[in-house]
Amino acid sequence: MARRRSHARNRQTRRGGPLSPIVEFESVGLRYGTGAEVLRDLDFRLAKGGFYFLTGPSGAGKTSLLQLLYLARRPSRGRIQLFGQDLSDARRNVLPDYRRRIGVVFQDFRLIRHLSAFDNVALPLRISGQSDAELEGPVREMLAWVGLADRASARPPTLSGGEQQRVAIARAVISQPELLVADEPTGNVDAEMAARLLHLFTALNRLGTTIVVATHDVSLIARTPGAQLIRLEKGSMSDPTGSLRNPPMGAVQPL
Amino acid sequence: MTIWFLAGSEAERRLLPGGTLRGPTPYVIAIMTFAMTVVAAAGLALANAAGIVAGAVEHRYVLQLPDGTDGKLDAAVSAARTVRGVTGVEAVPEAELRRTLEKWLGRGGIGEDLPVPALIHLELNSGTDADQVGALLGRAVPGARFIAEQATVQPLLGSLRALRWLAIALVLLMAAATSAAVVLAARGALDTHRSTIEIMHGIGATDEQVALLFQRKIALDAMVGALAGGIAAALALLLIGGGGLALASDLTGGPPLGGSDFLLLSLLPIAAVVLATLVARFAVLSALHKVI
Repeated sequence: MARRRSHARNRQTRRGGPLSPIVEFESVGLRYGTGAEVLRDLDFRLAKGGFYFLTGPSGAGKTSLLQLLYLARRPSRGRIQLFGQDLSDARRNVLPDYRRRIGVVFQDFRLIRHLSAFDNVALPLRISGQSDAELEGPVREMLAWVGLADRASARPPTLSGGEQQRVAIARAVISQPELLVADEPTGNVDAEMAARLLHLFTALNRLGTTIVVATHDVSLIARTPGAQLIRLEKGSMSDPTGSLRNPPMGAVQPL
Repeated sequence: MTIWFLAGSEAERRLLPGGTLRGPTPYVIAIMTFAMTVVAAAGLALANAAGIVAGAVEHRYVLQLPDGTDGKLDAAVSAARTVRGVTGVEAVPEAELRRTLEKWLGRGGIGEDLPVPALIHLELNSGTDADQVGALLGRAVPGARFIAEQATVQPLLGSLRALRWLAIALVLLMAAATSAAVVLAARGALDTHRSTIEIMHGIGATDEQVALLFQRKIALDAMVGALAGGIAAALALLLIGGGGLALASDLTGGPPLGGSDFLLLSLLPIAAVVLATLVARFAVLSALHKVI
């Protein structure tokens, strides 16, 4: 049912009309504790259905920015709107509903070590209330898609780094999120698998999912025409053309 | 309710690995349930004994005459029978009094020349004004003392009631200690499964969903512990306490524990499970509220 709702939302997104940004940052800053700000004065909008690469040197704040995007942190200042809602100071009991609309591929995979690959991938569907019978098919299909059909019962410690990454990606996309946030998703896979994953992301993007990928892999960026680049340096964003502040809302082009 | 506690799919149970009896919770709950049940049984027995003793002497009084000779005892008995509200009058035979005194003074210590007071047991109707009866008897039998038997057993009743309150306090203290142990166990479980919780939160699990997992786990542990503790307490009460119960029965003239007491005692393990589950839920939700 949640799957059908997600499809409906995506279809609505793709039908055109005046589209609002899916993500909007206004003067956002983030600091840890009493330290200096790791993110400063971030002002940007991400259009629904867009494909974005987040780049920048190590320590530039990419992971911190992604954490703000997938609601793992609150900004120290400024305003963050996701899905048209200001979530900067939202009560914590409303956040799970928004998190379910976001798929996340963590840099360190964050798989649950004692669960099988199948159970890890099935987790978002179980959390959203699907029964075992409902989720069996989609999970098997997703595992097959990432090439792990025969590793469904394997636990993460017995999987290679690349296999774990694919399980993490399968878990992130299984519920067809409206926003997919991926932190170095191809860091541990070979070139062929990287191409397949990119293909998966572009396929999701065609269905209306907004994709944000943090990566150092320039070849990935080069192989994705139409994707926009967000560059972070020392916690600040460079947007020389201004396209991230004012993206073309009514003209989101599928890749 | 119990089924609801333990419900949850196999997949949900797999999220928090570690079977029952792996942590300290079942053992702590077993010990606490055992101790609570035994102490509660003692408290109930004391309360019942106090009730039986108080009930037995509630309407009983003694009329004490300094001298029962020369027909004074018969006259006092006749006078007492005429007083309204007095339903029973029974003079204690002098020989019986002397036999009682011999226990204290020895056979040679009590001679015929030693004056022995005369005693008359009186039974009053419930609702009768004892002070009024005492005043009437005082006028009818000059020099006689009208004594409530309750007054003589008052120190014993006071002790029994104090012990009952002590037992209640001990049960409450043990419940508090159980709660504290469950809080520690819940926090330990949260630490152990912190990464699982973070991942679940990250993909949209609510606090309620996370808390339910821990709640079920601790409820299951508590059920096993409470069952073991309850059975051990029942055996201890039957085997070790059997002699004491018989003695208490002889002393008070009634059974120290009734049907309702046994029902209450059998509810204690269930109460321990419910308490542990609620405390675990509260502890988990409180801890989760500290993260975003």
